[in-house]
Amino acid sequence: MAETLSGIEKLKAKVGVRWQPREYLIEGEMIRRFAHAVGDNNPLWKDGNIAPPTFTLSIGFEQFVEDLIKLTPFNTVLMASTEIEGYQPIKLGDSITVVFKISNLRERKGQTGQMAFMTFESSYKNQEGQLVARCRQMVIGY
Amino acid sequence: MSIQLYYQDVSKGDEVAPLVKEPTPRQLVMWAGAVGDYMPIHYDQDYARSRGLEGIIVHGQLIGAFLGQLMTDWVGEQGRLRKLSCSYKGMNYPGEVVTLRGKVLRKYIRGGEHFVECSLWAENPKGEKTASGAAVVILPYGDDYKRKGRTRR
Repeated sequence: MAETLSGIEKLKAKVGVRWQPREYLIEGEMIRRFAHAVGDNNPLWKDGNIAPPTFTLSIGFEQFVEDLIKLTPFNTVLMASTEIEGYQPIKLGDSITVVFKISNLRERKGQTGQMAFMTFESSYKNQEGQLVARCRQMVIGY
Repeated sequence: MSIQLYYQDVSKGDEVAPLVKEPTPRQLVMWAGAVGDYMPIHYDQDYARSRGLEGIIVHGQLIGAFLGQLMTDWVGEQGRLRKLSCSYKGMNYPGEVVTLRGKVLRKYIRGGEHFVECSLWAENPKGEKTASGAAVVILPYGDDYKRKGRTRR
């Protein structure tokens, strides 16, 4: 129990803190792989030149989740909601800088013990400094 | 590719042509690799059961991406998906059909752009809504548009 609490405290300390920006070069294979995983045969992204709007979900996500897992005392994290705003398409050759932030954390006692609802936000800027997309997602840790 | 959808084509209450998916465990693994989400509840049956689930579940974000495809298929090459939001209310299991649906809530012109808002949802084979949300899309305006003779999608 004490361990659980200290885990939550570690997470709480991160609320509102911006993660260090990370930069990703967008390659055609990343776009193709994403569209293929969705089973989306739209000719717009089939060649890997333009990314589908939900592609933003994949940029920097793995690294963020790895960081999060180190902080969270929970075994399982379920996605509760996803919100994506796209201002301009992400394209092959773009260099996208992503910044994550945990914007909210709510604790709750659930049937299986302690639970937490975490909201995190991310912003995506291209090599010209233009904001191309924003995401807000909520996860449930238990 | 299907014919381009124009702002004039759309009316409140219109239904979006549904998208039917049947994710397999293989597709979940592909998704895991594409986004880097390696939570074992999406590939390890025993682990998923130990966490109180019936078995491995489809990634919520993959359902979100399906809803994104529903919209980008609908708006066509010249349309844009500006915003997509969804909440995951129930589980989707691989091997089960997921049907993605949408309905036009309203349309409006702002700043010279032609917006359409839709409600969206995902259904499991029992017809239960496992996810629901909304989208904002921008459609082209057909300047030489003639409704007569056009086929609605």
